[in-house]
Amino acid sequence: MSEKKTKRRDFLFTATTAVGAVGAAAVVWPMIDQMNPDASVKALASTEVDVSSLTPGNTLTVLWRGKPVFIRRRTQEEIDEARSVKMEDLIHPEKDEDRAKNPEWLVMLGVCTHLGCVPLNDKGDYNGWFCPCHGSHYDTSGRIRKGPAPWNMEVPKYEFVNANTIKIG
Amino acid sequence: MSDHDYRPKSKVGQWFNDRLPLLTLANHLTDYPTPKNLNYWWTFGGILTFCLITQIVTGLTLAMHYIAHADMAFESVEHIMRDVNYGWLIRYIHANGASMFFLAVYIHIFRSLFYGSYKSPREIIWILGIIIYLLMMAAAFMGYVLPWGQMSFWGATVITNLFSAIPLVGEGIVTWLWGGYSVDNPTLTRFFTLHYLIPFLILGLVVLHIWALHVPGNNNPVGIDIKKPSKDTVPFHPYIVIKDGFALLMFMIVFAFFVFYAPNILGHADNYIEANPMVTPAHIVPEWYLLPFYAILRSVPDKLLGVVAMLSAILILAVLPWLDTSKIRSAVFRPLYKQFYWILVADVLILGYVGAMPAEGLYLLIARVATAYYFLHFLVILPVLGFKEKTLPVPLSITEPVLGGSPNLAAARNKESKIE
Amino acid sequence: MKNLFKLFSIIILIIASNSYSFAAEKVEYLKTDWSFKGLFGKFDRASLQRGYQVYTEVCASCHSMKYLSYRNLAEPGGPEFSEAQAKAIAASFEVTDGPNSDGEMFTRPGKLSDKFVMPYDNVKAAQAANGGAYPPDMSVLVKARGGGVDYIYSLLQGYEEAPSNVSLDDGVYYNKYMYGNKIRMAAPLSDGLVEYGDGTSATLEQMSKDVTTFLMWSAEPHLEARHQMGFKAIVYLIILTVLVYFSMKKIWSRVESEV
Repeated sequence: MSEKKTKRRDFLFTATTAVGAVGAAAVVWPMIDQMNPDASVKALASTEVDVSSLTPGNTLTVLWRGKPVFIRRRTQEEIDEARSVKMEDLIHPEKDEDRAKNPEWLVMLGVCTHLGCVPLNDKGDYNGWFCPCHGSHYDTSGRIRKGPAPWNMEVPKYEFVNANTIKIG
Repeated sequence: MSDHDYRPKSKVGQWFNDRLPLLTLANHLTDYPTPKNLNYWWTFGGILTFCLITQIVTGLTLAMHYIAHADMAFESVEHIMRDVNYGWLIRYIHANGASMFFLAVYIHIFRSLFYGSYKSPREIIWILGIIIYLLMMAAAFMGYVLPWGQMSFWGATVITNLFSAIPLVGEGIVTWLWGGYSVDNPTLTRFFTLHYLIPFLILGLVVLHIWALHVPGNNNPVGIDIKKPSKDTVPFHPYIVIKDGFALLMFMIVFAFFVFYAPNILGHADNYIEANPMVTPAHIVPEWYLLPFYAILRSVPDKLLGVVAMLSAILILAVLPWLDTSKIRSAVFRPLYKQFYWILVADVLILGYVGAMPAEGLYLLIARVATAYYFLHFLVILPVLGFKEKTLPVPLSITEPVLGGSPNLAAARNKESKIE
Repeated sequence: MKNLFKLFSIIILIIASNSYSFAAEKVEYLKTDWSFKGLFGKFDRASLQRGYQVYTEVCASCHSMKYLSYRNLAEPGGPEFSEAQAKAIAASFEVTDGPNSDGEMFTRPGKLSDKFVMPYDNVKAAQAANGGAYPPDMSVLVKARGGGVDYIYSLLQGYEEAPSNVSLDDGVYYNKYMYGNKIRMAAPLSDGLVEYGDGTSATLEQMSKDVTTFLMWSAEPHLEARHQMGFKAIVYLIILTVLVYFSMKKIWSRVESEV
């Protein structure tokens, strides 16, 4: 009799505690989720850029999601240089063909993959970009060649809406 | 107190506790002997703790999105309501939470008035409570300014202008409060700073409030001093914890109803109109919880005296332990006081009602009578009652139905327990 | 325990009666069935879409709605236009953007992320165009008026010939629901003013109801989510309260005392 009683009491307390814990967890979520990007931020996910005035050998920098995006119209030399590199020489092996579908145009996030600084144009040992913060060298395809950065600069999702307009995002 | 002897069982616990006696504190809080006859009116202390924490947590999250600038405050609140994930929920909890906080604090205060919890040896607890209440009003008022709606702006204008009643320096003080020649951006930013600060001051005072409570222990419905621990007490955990928890859940159901189904009923529609210094709304009313004092302010036809009356109405509470001359704490054994108590409750509710009505005609007359009665209660009725009232016999303990009879005996027991 | 509830209900009644005394300016508002009222209230999608049509074809020429974006039109809980429809709506508006690389402002078709285009550049321009009266922004209008939806619904249908003892200035109209009865807005709606795509007959009453529903949504875009979450939260709280109640009974049965 008394054993039965204890069991029922234990079950009651366990159930109460469990239900209470579920509720407490449910209340915590909104307080955490409010720090995630809000609806107005998410709505700005894509931007369109007019590239008609860009001549070969020049770079346009535009802001997308609060970060710089490099749009480089590459010269033939730069393309040849990028495409002739052997995969073994790369820290983060990626083919230039995969990074720049249209070889003339290189579109990538202008953010060093080391700690997030913006690399400088036409600098460094590989004629591409050089990050002044901690000395990372990128080649003409934006791939990391020397320095502490672990990966190549990221290529975002983009498409040519027409011959003169690139839509990023 | 027995809990000073507490020693953790584990070696690590002992090592830690010898250096920082947190475990002793935790043990004190769980074992804290509490009168076992506490009724549901005593659960509002726990409910108020919940309210304070809720306001702080929701307030911190809102502050991550709110912009304290006259040009952007209103828009940023709409941004919270529309775009921020769960922003509408957090803001409605915070806005209604203020009302729930005051609802709970009024019940807490009136419980204290009924059972004489402010009397010796608990005067410091009571005074700390009054300071907390004053800070709550300041925090609530400044919080109401932040959305920068019409009521925010004009409420801020009217309340800050109260200081202009001070002779000679009044005008200077008001300009200083505003940081300009009217309520404007500098006023908003400083109100935001203070609104952020005050809850933490309240939190500190709450710790002192509870500390001061744990010296003599809880008062109880019978209002007598009890031996601790004894047959009259139960440990705080689990007995009081579960009971407070039950009451808190009931309270949360009411709270949830407001948040989810009537989130704007306690606010004023005009506060959804962006602040406009050129147009004053037709009726300016404070939030409901400030209405009784607003009624007292308006019932006095002189500017300075009106402000003095309003402030006195609150500050008079601080000297209440010395205005009440009765040796008996609980109204249960004070048949006359019990009647005057309910008249006071009605009086305050009436003040609240006329505070929301236009200050003219009959309403003004009622406000004046009710204001006069409010002061009469504290300044005349309470002191006289202590001498004139024939009180009922008081039991010696909660469990033993033995009647102690005279207040002297209770006082003697009081001494006895202090020696222990 | 009983006393506690009594006091609770007294206080709530007093609060409620206070707020009501402001809400009702002694005029009886016209009543209609609002689908969004009540514990499970939801918006009538078709009505919201028609309401948007009334807003954009009639109200939007004077009244801004500056806190809404075109993307809101496709979001759940609202009119729920398809994304393609919302994009088409956005693109039908000219939005000023810039400055471009030459430092010039330029116009382009609207995007989902754009805010609703405002009819006037600023408050002064709005006043100048409306004889000194500022047509209020409609984003939160329903919440900014004491009578809420009933007031707006009635006001739209409240235009009348002024009684003989009331004299009206030029550009001032008589409305029996307006505070003080004088309003600077001419009757905005009349039977058949818009043509509904879904075949609903565009009576004054129907248009008033649709546009008021739309304004309720624009003021409370998360109303449906709030009602749904509220129901779940309260059911949860009641279950937990019952569990805690029995736990409490159990615990207190160890000491001989009434709870």
